[in-house]
Amino acid sequence: MTDVIPGFLDNAGSPADTGDRDPAARPAVVMVRTLYQNKIALVGVVFVILVIGFCFIGPLLYHTNQTEPNPAILNEAPSAQHLLGTDYVGFDVLGRLMVAGQSSIEIALAVAVISTSFGVIWGAISGFWGGVTDAVLMRVVDIVLAIPALFIFIYLASVFRPTVILLIIVVSALSWVGPARLIRGETLSLRVREYVDAVRVMGGSSSRVIVRHIVPNTISTIVVNATFQVADAILILATLSFLGFGLPPPAATWGGMLTNGMNYLYDGYWWQIYPAGLIIVMTVIAFNLIGDGLRDALEVRLQPR
Amino acid sequence: MISFMLRRLLQALIVVLGVTLIAFILQNLIASGPELARAIIGPKATNEQVATFIAQYGLDRPIFVQYLHYLGQLLRGNLGYSYKLNEPVRQIIATELPKDAFLLGVALVLSILISVPLGVWQAVRRNRPVDHVGTVVAFIFYSMPSYWLALLLISFFAVTLRLLPAEGSQGTTLAAMLTNPAGLVLPILALTLVNCALFSRYMRSAAIETLAQDYIRTAKAKGAPRFRILRKHLLRNSLVPVTTMVGLSLPGVLTAGVVIEFVFNIQGVGLSFYTAATTSDYPVELGITILVGTVTVLGNLFADVMYAVLDPRVRYD
Repeated sequence: MTDVIPGFLDNAGSPADTGDRDPAARPAVVMVRTLYQNKIALVGVVFVILVIGFCFIGPLLYHTNQTEPNPAILNEAPSAQHLLGTDYVGFDVLGRLMVAGQSSIEIALAVAVISTSFGVIWGAISGFWGGVTDAVLMRVVDIVLAIPALFIFIYLASVFRPTVILLIIVVSALSWVGPARLIRGETLSLRVREYVDAVRVMGGSSSRVIVRHIVPNTISTIVVNATFQVADAILILATLSFLGFGLPPPAATWGGMLTNGMNYLYDGYWWQIYPAGLIIVMTVIAFNLIGDGLRDALEVRLQPR
Repeated sequence: MISFMLRRLLQALIVVLGVTLIAFILQNLIASGPELARAIIGPKATNEQVATFIAQYGLDRPIFVQYLHYLGQLLRGNLGYSYKLNEPVRQIIATELPKDAFLLGVALVLSILISVPLGVWQAVRRNRPVDHVGTVVAFIFYSMPSYWLALLLISFFAVTLRLLPAEGSQGTTLAAMLTNPAGLVLPILALTLVNCALFSRYMRSAAIETLAQDYIRTAKAKGAPRFRILRKHLLRNSLVPVTTMVGLSLPGVLTAGVVIEFVFNIQGVGLSFYTAATTSDYPVELGITILVGTVTVLGNLFADVMYAVLDPRVRYD
């Protein structure tokens, strides 16, 4: 009963609904095309690719010792041997940025994927079914939302030694509620739209309505939110490092590097502060630019006509 | 509407209960029984003293009984006692909360006053230079770890220009803190910049979305004055997501508050929480967590009620 008029159902209310069945109007195609046309978003994409290349391919080209401290070369200024100088235990700063970037990016991407997927499912179910389901699911969201994340981090950090997996789990466990609430809010207004009624009249199941019609219509919110999650996770990790709850050495994160460098704010060791700070800011900006570009790409209603 | 609000209030109460339960359980997972007793009365306590403490406070009872006891005390306004600071937790919060309310409140009001007009302006001038500049500036402040922003402000205004003190205003009470207003400028500036970056982005998105609606076109078509469209149609409709955002941003604002208080050494609830966490002062930690949780729930309640008041299309039945 669910596939009465597949063509009609598939097209109804999809974000790239241009009124006709133009295959080039599929969301993915529109996404790539608009990203390519949107210069600012393109800058974001290029920068993210560069950063990923820098962190994951860079160490193959620029060999540095990132496992054993070298007391002979503490806090050295940039030179031909160490392009961005060395830090307080003698690690090469440029090489350390690469290693730190790997863990920072891996954790942030994992958090974004896990928390967004979970949040979207939770929010769509809650908003669509409403009633008791909604009440129970949203109270859980409210409780998680209401307990300050720092409390849980600090508590866990006092017992466990922070690891990559632990950070991913904890940051995700505290980040999924944002998308859940956003998607639930959108679902509330989407479920009363005519095209949802149309699917219902034709016998479409609830899961079909959610998967094929509600979620695709919230895709801009989902994608924009996911890029923010990546950006936010990088910032959360940096803040945790600053408060002393980051990954312990020899693991490195950008936030940890920035925090260590800040101890030398008045000594003029700029190479220990600005490279780490700038790469955090620029990576976070890049993800935000992509999010904005995608938002423009997916929100057909907002396109200039 | 009244019944919706009453039901929403009941929900809020349930959430606050949930917060107390989860916070209490978490705390007991970390330290309970003799461990907790020793953390509270000190590492040098003898075994007899620990045993007496456990018996006195019933730390050997089942956790659920302990929770009900804690809840009972909470309802009587007793948040526990900090042996580390030798002060009731309620007393600590009562002295420090006004300082946070002032700092975060002023920053929040300033951020809304700046970011709402800015966001609308950017939306109306979408893809013009003004919009691009606003977006870039917002991105930079939003993407900067708040502690780094605060330290950059210190190194510029306090170290290079020597205009403002590097440390926040000191003082045990809000009134004492206000006698040195210069020390409040940088913390409030840092908090405002962080909030503004977030709020103006949301405001711009919300206003752009509203601008694409048919009623804006209708209003233009019937020849309504431009300012009237902006004020009556655009602003009011765009404010709906902003109220939600302000309500939801409270945990973030409070977290930023912890960082800013840490950087500027302002003795507020945030810094007390940090100190309590690093010194295993569990009663203070638990009390502040429940306080912050309650404030957040109130923020959510506010957001939901405003959502229903401002957007007649959203109906709760």
